[in-house]
Amino acid sequence: MIELSIFTIGCLIVSILFDLKKTMKGIKGGLAMFIKLLPVLLFMLALVSIVLFLIPEKTLIRFMGNDAGFTGWLIAGMLGSVALIPGFIAYPLCGILIKSGVSYGIIAVFITTLMMVGIITLPIEAKFFGWKISILRNVLSFIGALLVGFLMTLFL
Amino acid sequence: MKQVKQYIFPLAFLIFIGFSYTLNFTVGKQIGLNFWIFLKEMLLFLPMMFILIGLFDVWVPREKIEKHIGKESGWKGTGLVILLATLQAGPLYGAFPFAYILWKKGCSIRNVFIYLGAFSTIKIPMITFEIGFLGLKFSLLRTLITLPVFIIIGYIMEGYLKDKNFEVTSP
Repeated sequence: MIELSIFTIGCLIVSILFDLKKTMKGIKGGLAMFIKLLPVLLFMLALVSIVLFLIPEKTLIRFMGNDAGFTGWLIAGMLGSVALIPGFIAYPLCGILIKSGVSYGIIAVFITTLMMVGIITLPIEAKFFGWKISILRNVLSFIGALLVGFLMTLFL
Repeated sequence: MKQVKQYIFPLAFLIFIGFSYTLNFTVGKQIGLNFWIFLKEMLLFLPMMFILIGLFDVWVPREKIEKHIGKESGWKGTGLVILLATLQAGPLYGAFPFAYILWKKGCSIRNVFIYLGAFSTIKIPMITFEIGFLGLKFSLLRTLITLPVFIIIGYIMEGYLKDKNFEVTSP
């Protein structure tokens, strides 16, 4: 976060030194996009905070527990698709999961879907790509994630 | 009108949280706390990102993007777009607006989707985190296996959308 702030401020200063008018135009354009997206973002955050309350971390661990069958994989994939956990929480969580006996393949599926598939963020994605394409991208990414998990088990 | 309608659910949600706090309703308070954690992250992070996107939009000329990561850019373009994505940070929904700007400037369909794939799975700031918790071997393997997977997804999307007048739209 600090790095991003420094980077943004640095870019702004350089940009202003070169051309103040152009800089203002850029800021205006960027923030206009942010404001247009704001209601969908708030909608998503409200939804996430409810879902996260309904599915606490302990439940996640129980669902993906030692059961390494194909259902375990699907559950890991589905949980990863629905969940919206930032990386700095997800990785420590995965560390705990590994220690409690979850296989590396399942962890790979969970992480990959967590990052590439976003069911809750679908309304945002659809604003840019349209519903059909967004769903297609998510479905392909889900299949891809299962593939990644499968290949991981061959090596680990 | 549409703009106003979109705020109905978030408003109702906020009223619910407000009541939960005044009436000391534990479930609502817990949900409110979750919401606050996410909101804080979003409000700190996103405005800066959108400012960067705006600056990118006014400073980077279309010809440059088109030449380097456009339709005829080949493998070098793919490599470039992956490099660009890995150096960034933030959640996937932050990548969509940037993907839109890239598209607007002439980035090819394939590279737009490869960008999204790389952005979500192999950001360098996150990889360092992953190595810390899951080990170097796991991270390295996952990265190497995921790389071809989302490149293939990029090709599939391009093949599917080629003759469909596909467009990334501004919200």
